[in-house]
This record gives sequence, structure tokens and C-alpha cells, in this order.
Amino acid sequence: MSLDLLTYLFIGGSFALYIGIAIWARAGSTKEFYVAGGGVPPVANGMATAADWMSAASFISLAGLISFIGRDGSAYLMGWTGGYVLLALLLAPYLRKFGKFTVPDFVGDRYYSSTARTIAVVCTIVISFTYVAGQMRGVGIVFSRYLHVDINTGVVIGMAIVFFYAVLGGMKGITYTQVAQYCVLILAFTVPAFFLSAQITGHILPQTGLGATLESGQSVLATLDKLSMDLGFAQYTAGKKSTIDIFFLTVALMCGTAGLPHVIVRFFTVPRVKDARTSAGWALIFIAILYTSVPGVAGFGRVNLIQTINGADNAGTEYSQMPVWFKNWENAGLLAWNDRNGDGKVQYAAGAAFEGKGGKPSFTDERGENNQRLTSNAIASADFDAGKQPFANEVYVDRDIMVLANPEIAQLPNWVIALVAAGAVAAALSTAAGLLLVISTAISHDLMKKTINPNITDKQELMYARLAAIVAICIAGYFGINPPGFVAQVVALAFGLACASVFPAIVMGIFYKRMNTQGAIAGMLTGLVSTVLYMWYFVWGGGTPDEYFMGISPGGFGTVGMILHFVVAFVVASMTPEPPKEIQDIVEDLRIPRGAGTAHAH
Amino acid sequence: MSISNDQAQAYWSENLRIIMTYLAIWFVVSYGCGILFVEQLDAIQFFGFPLGFWFGQQGSIFVFVGLIWAYVASMNKLDEKYDVHE
Repeated sequence: MSLDLLTYLFIGGSFALYIGIAIWARAGSTKEFYVAGGGVPPVANGMATAADWMSAASFISLAGLISFIGRDGSAYLMGWTGGYVLLALLLAPYLRKFGKFTVPDFVGDRYYSSTARTIAVVCTIVISFTYVAGQMRGVGIVFSRYLHVDINTGVVIGMAIVFFYAVLGGMKGITYTQVAQYCVLILAFTVPAFFLSAQITGHILPQTGLGATLESGQSVLATLDKLSMDLGFAQYTAGKKSTIDIFFLTVALMCGTAGLPHVIVRFFTVPRVKDARTSAGWALIFIAILYTSVPGVAGFGRVNLIQTINGADNAGTEYSQMPVWFKNWENAGLLAWNDRNGDGKVQYAAGAAFEGKGGKPSFTDERGENNQRLTSNAIASADFDAGKQPFANEVYVDRDIMVLANPEIAQLPNWVIALVAAGAVAAALSTAAGLLLVISTAISHDLMKKTINPNITDKQELMYARLAAIVAICIAGYFGINPPGFVAQVVALAFGLACASVFPAIVMGIFYKRMNTQGAIAGMLTGLVSTVLYMWYFVWGGGTPDEYFMGISPGGFGTVGMILHFVVAFVVASMTPEPPKEIQDIVEDLRIPRGAGTAHAH
Repeated sequence: MSISNDQAQAYWSENLRIIMTYLAIWFVVSYGCGILFVEQLDAIQFFGFPLGFWFGQQGSIFVFVGLIWAYVASMNKLDEKYDVHE
């Protein structure tokens, strides 16, 4: 069967499955809409959490990122998994015992203040929107490559699917759809990883394959180091970023993970406190299956990419001889070739082949003498540092294509390629749906019901939730079609904000009985404002890296914001009256597991 | 609340001790082995990986999974001991 037909079959089949589940599990009450009725078994919740958590970034971008930065990728691998230890130990069981629907619910009730609640609502909405924009883009990229539609049409198709099951099914529909999506995405990630690993190293598991010794007698990692350095790249197993920067980035990603509202809310859906702990354990197992495969996929992909482009003699390959995947991705605009030395061969080495930030090509509609796509910003000179590399770099490779192109580069069967496409879509859709639900809940429940008009009925609230979900999908779709200039930085902002504003407020709410409204509000505002300003200055305000505070890049500044949050909150709380008796009783109560019951209806 | 105040206090302080123990391991494995002491550990070869690199990219994740399940077991035992389980 042709690749196109198989792809339609896999993606179409998975969509039919998701929609079927959504119809079967549609929500009838607000409680079912917000927390799936509070009756999800821990293993299912673990799977749903894993699918919710593993976005297009984890599925598509993470292995590509590590492929290109090597050792420094550790910050992302540890940061995005270590956060679950914090969730399981510090947040999940207590929030489940508290038994409300949302993060702003906790902040508002624990700090007995609608100002605190409103700040939490703002944080929730900002975090979720910045995060969802990247997901819709991911769906668009996959559709444009495999369904041969343009990226915008792809985004619209994705919107329609999410609309169907998020608006109809609410949390209940989403949870069970996410269980199915987890199965699709984990198969789609591990099957090609097994193939790749077996092909290159003879080990089936990429976890051990990365440490294997090749026929040449060298280990995979030593081969990677040598290939990279011969071409003028940095050594794969050596870090480039400073230790302090990596440290702060990892803390920000961990605490940010633990503070993301769409992850936290998943722990409200299980029946008991005990189940909240267990489902964090399941979630991390399901996540670890993918995350521990990632370094292998990244390494093998890198070896394959370099060897395919530069050929066995390491001198480059004639463009006319390049495999079909190269031209497919070139047509999708994520690969480009600039024949700087005019020899008709594609050569890959360190350095940019195109002018401008990030060396991204700007394509024109014309084709060159080899029928390659031409660009308006190709670097004309063929100069290179002969002491470091054998030729000038002529290729632009978008990091995001690594996972998607890997099976094609390794010449795996067509059904594997189709499966990967379906997996990428599942990863993006499951996360987008979880985020949209959090946004709509924040609006209908935290804003409409708890702040603006407490008198609305359950039915009206549900209607507002669905309306808000529709509006949120349209806004997310808009961001997908017109992505903000710096997608990666925008996602870093989401983590920074979660780390600096949400995480400390919840931790202190549980572990520090003396924390009061004034301290919490001052702390949240400090964390929020300092992190936003710092990121704003360095991403949009023209700040340069040598102005970094203690060498900390914007991605890691959330950690500084969190420290400021804690300090300011303690100081302000110690100067203002302690919280009322009934609040202190609530804190005492949420520390004892018994009696969580079902999620309280208000 | 069905248990006395003293019991609740004792439960909470044992709980805190468990949390601190596990977080200490969590910190040493991720920030210690994966970031601060990678260079020293990289001198050691571990199944074809420099050890620090392995901790940073795989080992820490395995330890995280183990930590959560160990914590689940400890807490289940503690809940039974103080009769606050559900």
C-alpha cells in the first residue's frame, strides 16, 4: 500500500476512535465536565496524565532538540520528568484531599481572597494559552507533510476534532480519549525507536542501544563525538551551557511541570488520596517509557542524518541522488540546500548556510539548476574554517523534523511512517484538549461562577464552560495559523510562570499554615512580574546574553522568580496577621488523607 | 477528623520526614549526579556511557520512577499505622 493511503488510514482510524470514545463518554454535569465525576481509576488516570503531559514538544521536538544540542539536553529530560516527583510528594495528595475542581479554587479558598483567585485565574489562562499555541502548530506541521494540505488547513482540521470531543465530552470525554491517545503515541514513538536501535546497534531497546559498541569497534557515543567534531560541531557528550544555567533551567522545568494547571487538575479526577499518589507513579512510568527512549532516538537519528547526507566517503551526496525524504521535507519547507561551492553535492557541517537569525531559509517560488528550492537569503560565499571542518555547511535542517523523518531516513516500512504521523497528531491533540479544558474551566467556574455571578445554575455553568471552550479553540487556532515569532521562548515562558507563580503558592498553602492572603498575593505578583519582565527584556526588549543575571538565560529565570516569591511571601506574611482559625483548620484537614470523598460540589 | 490532634501532629511530622528523605535522594541523583558532579562521574564508564551523561539522560528518570513508588508504599504504611487510610 502506498504511504499516502496508509497515512490516511492510520490518522482517519485514530480520529474515528477518539470521536467514538467522546460520544460514549460525554459529560452530563459540571462535575463530569470538570473532573470526570472524580471516579477515574489510577492506571487510566496515569495514562491520561501522560498523554496530557506529552505534547507535540515531547513527541516531535525533544529528540530533535537533543540530537542537535547533545549533553545539554539533560536539563529537559530531567526537568520534564523530575517534576512528577514534586507533584507526587508535595502537591497531588493534598490537592485531592482538598477536593475542589481547579487551581484557582485552591488558591482562592486557601487564601480566602478573590484577588488571589483572580491572579491564579490570570496565571492559568496565560500559561495554558502560551502552551496551546505550540500544539496547534504541531498538528498543522504533521498534516501539511502527510496529508498534503497547507499548514493552515491542517490547523483547522485539528481545531474541528478537538472541538468535537473537548466541548462535548469535557473532562470525562477527554480522559478516556487521552487513554487511547497515549496508546497510539507510545506505540508510534517506540516502534520506530526499536527498529532504529536494532538496525544500528543490534540492541532492540534504545535505552541500552545508545551505550552499544558498533561494528567499527567504537561505541555509539564515541562515534557521535567523532562525527560531530570532524564536521566542526561541538562534542556530543560535552555540555556547552554553564553549570549554573543548566541548574536553574532544570529547577524551572521541574517546578514548572509541577505547577502546570492542566497537569495538576488531573489529580482531582481520582477517587481517593491514595489514588492521587499512585496515579502520579503510573503517569511517570508511562512518561518514562518515552523519555528514556528519546536519547537513543536522538543519537541514532543524528548518526543516520550525517551519514546519509555526507555519504560513506564523508564528502557529500549529489542532490539528484538524495533520497526522497530529503525532497519531501524540502517541499514542506523544513529542509533547505544552498550549493555554496557549486559542486552539485549536498554537504552538511557546522555553521549557517542561510543569513539571518537561526539560519532559517526564506524560500522563493523558483527552482535551481538541480531542481532544488531557491531561497532569498542563501549565503553566497563558500568560505569555511579549514582547520575545523572539511567543507562549508550547505544545509538547513529544522530540528522538529528529526522524529518525523527518522523512519524515512532509516528506510523503515511505510506503515511505521504512517504510525509516527498518527502518534504526532495524538500527542498534539491530547495536550491541546487538556489545556482547552483548563482554560474553559477557569472562565466558567472560577470567573463566572465564583467571582462574577455565583447564582448561575449548574446547567448554565456547563453552557458557559462549553462556550468558553469554543472561544478558546478559536483563539488557539488563530495562534496556530499565526504563530508568535518565538514559539520555543513562549513555551519557556509558560514553565517560568508556572514555576514562579503557581507552584510556590500551592506548596506554601499546604506546608506553611501561617501563610496568609497578603503574603500569598505579594508573593504571586512578585514571581509573576519579575519573570515576565526578565523574559520580555531578553526575548523582545533587545537584551543580550552578556547582560544575563548571574549568567541565567530567560528559560531558567523562573527559578529566580520562585525564590523571590518565597522570600517576599514570608516577609509579608510575618508582618501581617495570621490567617483565620477556619483556614488553619482547612490546612490541618487536607494533611490527613481520610475523608476525601468525592470532589465537593459547591 | 477522626483522630486526635496529637496523632495528627505525629502523622504529619513522620510524613514530612519521609518527604525530606525522598527529596534528598531526588536532589542528589538529578542535580548532583546529573549536573554538579557530571565531570567527575564522566570518567567512569557505565555500559558504554560516561556515567554522568547516563545519569543526566536516563538514570535519573529511572530513579524518579522508583522514588514515587517507594513513596507510595511508605505512605500507605504510614496511613495504616495512624489509621487515616481510606
